[in-house]
Amino acid sequence: MKHLDEYRDEALTRRLLDELTATVTRPWRLMEVCGGQTHSIMKTGLHDLLPPQIELVHGPGCPVCVTPLELIDKAIALASRPDVIFTSYGDMLRVPGSGRDLFSVKAAGGDVRIVYSPLDALKIARDNPAKTVVFFAIGFETTAPANAMAVVQAKAQGIDNFAVLVSHVTVPPVIAGLMQESGVQVDAFLAAGHVCAVMGYWEYGPLAEQYRIPIVVTGFEPVDLLRGILMAVRQLEQGRHEVENAYERSVTYEGNQPAQAIIQRAFELCDRKWRGIGTIPMSGYRLRAEYAALDAEQRFPDVGAIQTAESSLCISGLILQGRKKPFECPAFGKECTPQTPLGATMVSSEGACAAYYRYGRYRDAIAEAEKKSS
Amino acid sequence: MCLGIPGKVVEIYQANGLRMGKVDFGGGVLREACLEYTPDIALNDYTIIHVGFAISKIDEKEAHETLALLAELDMLGEELPELAKDEPDA
Ligand code: SF4
Repeated sequence: MKHLDEYRDEALTRRLLDELTATVTRPWRLMEVCGGQTHSIMKTGLHDLLPPQIELVHGPGCPVCVTPLELIDKAIALASRPDVIFTSYGDMLRVPGSGRDLFSVKAAGGDVRIVYSPLDALKIARDNPAKTVVFFAIGFETTAPANAMAVVQAKAQGIDNFAVLVSHVTVPPVIAGLMQESGVQVDAFLAAGHVCAVMGYWEYGPLAEQYRIPIVVTGFEPVDLLRGILMAVRQLEQGRHEVENAYERSVTYEGNQPAQAIIQRAFELCDRKWRGIGTIPMSGYRLRAEYAALDAEQRFPDVGAIQTAESSLCISGLILQGRKKPFECPAFGKECTPQTPLGATMVSSEGACAAYYRYGRYRDAIAEAEKKSS
Repeated sequence: MCLGIPGKVVEIYQANGLRMGKVDFGGGVLREACLEYTPDIALNDYTIIHVGFAISKIDEKEAHETLALLAELDMLGEELPELAKDEPDA
C-alpha cells in the first residue's frame, strides 16, 4: 500500500482526506465510470486511504472491455482476409475473441497494423489503393470526434478503399442502464473527465434528476479523484442529487462544440450491445446513412453471421456493472492473467481485472473477502 | 486510447484541408495532431491530444504535471509507446 507522503501533493491530499473524514457519516458506494480512473486508483492505492465508509466500485468505462464479442470476431474475420489491411488502436489486439485475438491473426501473417490516430489509417488507405483498409472505430466519446473526422475526410476526398468497423459507446445511457438494473447499488457516479472534455456535462442533468443520484465530473489524478469523491459525498450527506464539475480546468458545461458537431455529422445514436452487459438502448453510435459506403459490415456482408462463444468462467459482465470485484472471479490470477486473458477486462490496463492484477491489490482483496465470508 | 496526453503545439499548418500541427510531448517525442477542434489554439500553446486530435487547451504548468503523473502511473505507454520507452521519435 502506498503511503500518504508518497503522493505528489501530500498536503492537499491530506486536507481533502481530512475533509472527507469530517463529512462522511454513513456508508456510501461511489462508482467511477472511467477505466483510466480505476487504473489510477489501483496504482496509487487511493482506495486504501479513504474513510472506511466509502466504497469505490468500478464501472463499465473501458472501451476495449465493452466492445461486443461479435465485433471482435468480425474484426478477426476481416483482418484475416488477404484483400484487407486491418487497422486498430493497439489495445484491441490482445482482446480475446471466440477463438483467437487480432494479434494471432497478425502473427499468422495477416496485415494488422496498430495506428495511433484514425487519420493514420486514412493515410494507409491513400498509400495502398489496391487493398481495402478497415479501421476498428471503437471507443467512448473521447475517440468519437477523431473517428468521425476520418469518415468525413474519406468521403470528402473520395478515398473509397477505406471502411470502418464501428462499435462506439456513450456514457450517459450506460449510467441509466445501470440504475435500472436491479442488483447494482450505487449512490453516486464520478463521471469521466476526458469524456466530458469532449461532450461537456449538459447531458447528465436529466439523469441526476430522474435517478436522484449525484453525478460529479472527475479527473483521473489522485487529487482530482479525491475532490470528485468529496463533492459527491457532500451531496449525499446533504441529500442533494446534482451534476457538479470537479474538473473545471479541462471541462466546460458545453464541452468542445466543433468536436460534437462532427460526431453529429458522421454518426447517429443506435442501440448497442455491451460485452458482458447486454444491449442498452440508444447507447452507441453508428454511421449515418450518407456514410453507408464506408461501413465495413455492409462492404463485407459475409462477415455478418458469426457464432460467438464467451469463456464460461469469465464474470466480466458483473465486474463492468460494479456488481462483483475482480478477486471474486474464480479464474482471477489462476486461469486468467494478463498473459492468458479469458476476458477483455484482463487485457487493457483500463480494465478492472488487469488493474487489480497489475498492482497486486488482489492479495489484500482476497484476504479481505475471506475475512468477510468467514 | 481513452486518455488524453498533454503536449505543446510547435508547428501549425494545413494538410488535406485540415488544420494540423506538430505536438511536442517532451523527451524528443513529436507527433502530428489535428487541430480542427481547437480553432483558438496558437503556436506554443499546450493542449490535450486524444488519438491524434487536440480537444482542450491547458496551461503549461498543468501540462507538465499531468505528463509527469501519467509517467508515474505507467499510463503513457498504451497511448504513445515511444514515450514509455523514453526513445526519441525519429
Ligand atoms: S479475472 Fe479474467 S475470467 Fe475473471 S472476470 Fe476478469 S477477465 Fe473474466
